[in-house]
Amino acid sequence: MPRAIRQTVALTAAALTATACSAPGADDTRGAAPADSVVLGVATEPDTLSPLLGYGKDGNSKLFDGLLTRDADLNLEPALAEDLPEVSKDGLTYTFTLRDGVTFSDGEPLTPADVVFTYETVLDEKTNNPNRSELAAVERVRAEGSDQVVFTLAYPFAPFAARTVLPIVPQHVAGEQDPNTGAFNTSPVGTGPYVLADWRKGEKLVFKANPHYWGGEPAVKNVTMAIVPDDDVRATRLRSGDLDGAILPPNLAATFEDEADLTTYRATSYDYRAVSLPTGDPVTGDVDVRRALDLAVDRDTMVEKVLDGAGRPAYGPLPVDDDWFAKGTERAHDPAAARRILDRAGWEKGADGVLTKDGRRAAFTLYYPAGDKVRQDLALAYAGDAKKIGVEVKVESGTWDVIEPRMAKDAVLAGFGDVGDPDFGLYPLLHSSEAGDGFNNMPHYDNPAVDKALDDARRTRDAAERRAAYDTLQQELAENPGYTFLTHLDHLYVLADRWKTAGSDGLTTQVEPHEHGFAAGPWWNLEDWQPRR
Amino acid sequence: MSAAASTAAVDAGAATARRRLPWGGMARLTVRRILTGVPLLLTVTLGVFALAAASPFDPVRGYAGDAALTADQETLDRLAANLGVGEPFAVRWWDWLTAALRGDLGDSTVLRQPVLEVIAERAVWSALLCAVAFAVAVAVGTLLGVLAARRPGGLLDRTVTGTAYTLSAAPVFWLALLAVWFFALRLDVLPAGGLTDSGSSYVSFGDVAEHLVLPAGVLAVSQLPWFVLYVRQGVVDALAEDPVRGARARGLAERTVLVRHALRSGLLPVLTLIGSRVPELITGALLVETVFSWPGIADATVRAATAVDFQLLAALTAFATVAVLLGNLLADLLYGLFDPRVDFRDM
Repeated sequence: MPRAIRQTVALTAAALTATACSAPGADDTRGAAPADSVVLGVATEPDTLSPLLGYGKDGNSKLFDGLLTRDADLNLEPALAEDLPEVSKDGLTYTFTLRDGVTFSDGEPLTPADVVFTYETVLDEKTNNPNRSELAAVERVRAEGSDQVVFTLAYPFAPFAARTVLPIVPQHVAGEQDPNTGAFNTSPVGTGPYVLADWRKGEKLVFKANPHYWGGEPAVKNVTMAIVPDDDVRATRLRSGDLDGAILPPNLAATFEDEADLTTYRATSYDYRAVSLPTGDPVTGDVDVRRALDLAVDRDTMVEKVLDGAGRPAYGPLPVDDDWFAKGTERAHDPAAARRILDRAGWEKGADGVLTKDGRRAAFTLYYPAGDKVRQDLALAYAGDAKKIGVEVKVESGTWDVIEPRMAKDAVLAGFGDVGDPDFGLYPLLHSSEAGDGFNNMPHYDNPAVDKALDDARRTRDAAERRAAYDTLQQELAENPGYTFLTHLDHLYVLADRWKTAGSDGLTTQVEPHEHGFAAGPWWNLEDWQPRR
Repeated sequence: MSAAASTAAVDAGAATARRRLPWGGMARLTVRRILTGVPLLLTVTLGVFALAAASPFDPVRGYAGDAALTADQETLDRLAANLGVGEPFAVRWWDWLTAALRGDLGDSTVLRQPVLEVIAERAVWSALLCAVAFAVAVAVGTLLGVLAARRPGGLLDRTVTGTAYTLSAAPVFWLALLAVWFFALRLDVLPAGGLTDSGSSYVSFGDVAEHLVLPAGVLAVSQLPWFVLYVRQGVVDALAEDPVRGARARGLAERTVLVRHALRSGLLPVLTLIGSRVPELITGALLVETVFSWPGIADATVRAATAVDFQLLAALTAFATVAVLLGNLLADLLYGLFDPRVDFRDM
């Protein structure tokens, strides 16, 4: 049993040094690994490491930097730009000045041409970037002088600066290749705190600290991202000491609570689950039914039972503690009030216990993607709550190929959550111009007041005006809930207690988007980690 | 070839004259096989294109992953157009074929790298896994088969045969999961997956060897029953044949009779089996690689299939077909060499 013995030896050695209270550097008890290396277990790996195809578009990419970056509280900070951009009065021109002395990991200096190349390639029709529409506002990018980049927008787009966390790639390397299949996808060159040492697809990625990083060489020199899709295997490998940290579902994370040298981090998120209520269907399109369902769902019980406590009730796409959340739009669980609404609207109990109105039964079908246990349980809980007020919800599962053509007609247990600016998530979710456009606005929600608020918030850069617009939007959405928002999920990470960030006692997490695990988690700012003394 | 031939010569015990190898017959058989292999390859690859075109998987979603679930219609359409979705499969097959004949296997869309690169960096690990498993299965299978055949109906024979029948009915992925559960989770003596320890940044021999034990062991065990049963039957039959009776009559030691006479003749059907087991070995390896996250061809195959990645799928299928054809050819050549009664012209 080499592994078991190795671990016993390590533990004994650690125990001895702990009692001896000396031996600098031997202060960890997990496999006696040095604190300048870390092995992290995540469930999925990126399809590509090229930002031209979408890698690291929300920042924290380790290998690259954007013009701007986000801190622990998601505030924008300069990265490759020397400062936040200068914006023209009409909000159409953004000027960035590049930081001096930044080089790519191959030694070549960063130039405005690299920035222009990156944005132009992402915007190129022939580049297979699935997130291209996020930059739809950009009309033109040009270099000015030796250190400036100027973006011209097609229309005023207040949150544009938040999109410039997009990683910048070197034109002298990536420009020589086909962006869709070139070698840059697997052997990238960036300005970031780490460089790629090895990538065995499906198994692991190995990063090494970039000694010439403009922000200073990271203290953690070796980073391994092990790709372990199975939750149980990941937990076992964490327990055996093969991994130093991992993302885990709540029930497995709970099994590590008593481990003295492991810390559990709970990251709150924008990642919500909601039931889309198609406007085209006479039942789900009925505002009274929508409001009744909104009051009938027991969000607290869902958080407790379905999510094992790892989540919070959601009353809209924005989490309750978000800066932009409209206070007062929380709704209590009140099935009696829900029944009253339906009663007043003329719904009457039929022979089978289901409400009817004008000969139409209050019944609809709810789809969830097959294999997603959380969505399945949420869908069943939703159907149970709806039944209590006399609404019949038939729960069905299917692959996305089955669900996609039905999104306009049937309800779907959807999940989204964007980070950066409320506009990024809300506009495609609610604006009537996005109705049925791919996966945008699936239920064809159409509310002129909401449309206006979304447009206003895009146009003005005045913080108070934007806040007023988003407050209006959230109140309108509570009046006519085109989705029944259920919960925001928390993401759980268990990590060895060997590091801290400068000036704090431990590590931090950001509020995370729907897609997470690789760039999110307590390792979002790996480059700032310090070994614990 | 010469090693096999010399073993055959020694095994024959005929020290009088070295039998000349039938080079002409072997060459003619090889050429015939290549000629029949070409239309077969064409058919198989065309079939793969047809199947992929009929598959319910959405290539755009396979390509973009979760990003496709938040994308607008313009993005989905643009990706579909760039990926060539909607072109008739026969056209795509012809384009692929003409490019492949010029040596260009194209680019894998789902893995975002050239197909040749995908195969080059993965094939070696799959080959290692298959070779080790196959060698173990043949060696252990032969040994157990001979031991069981020594006393048909004995305790050892009944145990070995019974286990072999049970194992032959066990799905390989189930065996793999069972092995992970027992050796990695319960006993914690062997790693549950991967090529090396997660923390190690380079590939070392010892590390790979330790990680190879479980996947190769499971694959070997899944192939083992066929070899055990065939060897056992072959040797049991041979023990009843005239040469064996003659050898015994001449007073040769039982060991000599068993190894030199009965086994040699009993192994003939096994040679055929080697060829016919290659496809099973490849499919078994795909499942084993998936369970043990072995960085071989399997992961690429699954992703190519679910993402309807024509270029990668076609290349992988063509290579698998070639492997099977080569396996069969090799088995036939060996068979002809080992059994003087067989004429290459009849194959």
